[in-house]
Amino acid sequence: MPLWLEDFLWTYQTLIHSLGINGLLALSMYVVLAVGQLSLGQAAFMGLGAYTGALLSLHTGLPFALVLAASALVPALAALLIGLPTLRLTGVYLAIATIGLGEVLRVVYVNAGITGGALGLGGIPDRTEGWIILALLAAALAGCVLIGRSRFGRAMEAMRSDQTAAAVIGINLPAYHLGALLVSAALAGLAGALSAHSSTFIGPNEYAFETAVTILSFAILGGTGSPLGPVAGALVLTALPELLRPLHDFRGVFNGLIIVLVVLFLPRGLVPWRMPRLGKTP
Amino acid sequence: MFAQQMANGLVLGSTYALFALGFTLMFGVLKVLNLTYGFYFTAGALVALAGVRDLGLSLWLALPLGMLAAGVLAVVIDTLLLTPLRRARAPELASLMVTLGAVLLLYSLLSMALGTEIRRFPVGTVPSGAVMLGTVRLGAAQGLIIATTAVMLAGLWLLMSRTRLGLALRAVAENEDAARLMAIDVPRTVMLASLLSGVLAGAAGVLIGLNQNAIQPYMGEFMMLRGFAVIIIGGLGDVRGAVAAGLLLGVAEVMAAGYIDSMVKDGVAFTLMVLVLWLKPAGLLGRARVSRA
Repeated sequence: MPLWLEDFLWTYQTLIHSLGINGLLALSMYVVLAVGQLSLGQAAFMGLGAYTGALLSLHTGLPFALVLAASALVPALAALLIGLPTLRLTGVYLAIATIGLGEVLRVVYVNAGITGGALGLGGIPDRTEGWIILALLAAALAGCVLIGRSRFGRAMEAMRSDQTAAAVIGINLPAYHLGALLVSAALAGLAGALSAHSSTFIGPNEYAFETAVTILSFAILGGTGSPLGPVAGALVLTALPELLRPLHDFRGVFNGLIIVLVVLFLPRGLVPWRMPRLGKTP
Repeated sequence: MFAQQMANGLVLGSTYALFALGFTLMFGVLKVLNLTYGFYFTAGALVALAGVRDLGLSLWLALPLGMLAAGVLAVVIDTLLLTPLRRARAPELASLMVTLGAVLLLYSLLSMALGTEIRRFPVGTVPSGAVMLGTVRLGAAQGLIIATTAVMLAGLWLLMSRTRLGLALRAVAENEDAARLMAIDVPRTVMLASLLSGVLAGAAGVLIGLNQNAIQPYMGEFMMLRGFAVIIIGGLGDVRGAVAAGLLLGVAEVMAAGYIDSMVKDGVAFTLMVLVLWLKPAGLLGRARVSRA
């Protein structure tokens, strides 16, 4: 590796880690939006993954790959608990239940002894590397593209444009909704575990409402026509505050404003393309 | 002891009911889950506080002022953000997302402008006396909460059931297109619904601000979580259900804090909400029409 590249990677290690992690979070949001649902629990799922991963690394000798797998599994179970009753109903119910999940988990983190209370958990071993994060992001992106081009993807696109019509042509809506939510929770949990092992510290307030909105702003800015959009949105919104320091202090205002403006004036986002279909179009 | 707990629970529950009433009314008429709703609660409390502290108003003027300010804010936000989407017949999730962005923006701006420290009403804003009903002690602020809630509930009920405006509100809630065909001025009715719900949120904000005497920008966001739980437990868009569920949640929280552990209190709302979602998604009274996907 040339010296300048090594230098660059060293200087920007944190930025590269957060680009990858936020890319994963944006994809996790995309998976839910792609079936026409809105989850506001991505931060909660991320937090569950982060705490699961951190506790496993601190208290057991499990290999990192297994820690990551467990961190993806636990949020998926939580998603099952609130997804099963709400996904048979309209989208509003999932949005409400997932906001509630985030808040109740915060209360648990603050009050439970094992999670370190309000002070959070420190001294988490630094077990992750930039290439692990980026490889996982690439794998998740490839998975999303492949699924998007399969018959599942076409079903998802159909239900996003018209739920009723999709149900009429025989698409099992609740099954798709639940599947998407489980995958999304697992991806967010994975991102959470990676971020916990990258920053070596986690606290109960990192996974609150503002984080959930920030994750949504990645997806909205990028546009949800294809999985590339949310990842692009995450790159822009992660890199911008690093490059323009003053933006850093106004992040809440900035992310909120972006969501408002994009939904009102640019509903298809920065990357408006849709994924090309497989095979010939008639 | 039990009677006192019950009374405290009912007082807390009244504020939840008042808050959730506006929320569920807004959802019922506008068919939008407006997440900026909690901000009206904060705004009401802050305006009333400014009225008492900086303008030297008495509480009897500051309370309506806070309510009115919150109502106007609700109309402004609805007109700026949600009316364009409604006109474009954008999907339900678009309006949900726009209010989500707006709420982050509003809270960030407010806490940048005012800081996040806790503000208090000056001593003597509420008389310090208390009434004894048997063994139950009821402070003046608590009495004010119960009285205001009762008055506003009665007023809302009269408006909804006895006036043409109320009829228009119910018609738009039932079916917007049919209401338009019946020559109901839908935009005006929508504005009225926003105004009413903002006023209710503002009232709850002032009252809770008085009762706990702690006002800070994010108070509305903490309240929103109770609001979500109450409107789900009561059934989305069900006004009577919201009142019942608000009282129930208030009592349940106070009892949980009193007889189990104060830490449990914050989890009660979510637990009840998930139970209702599993067992009876149409709400406690089962009146809300649950639309299934």
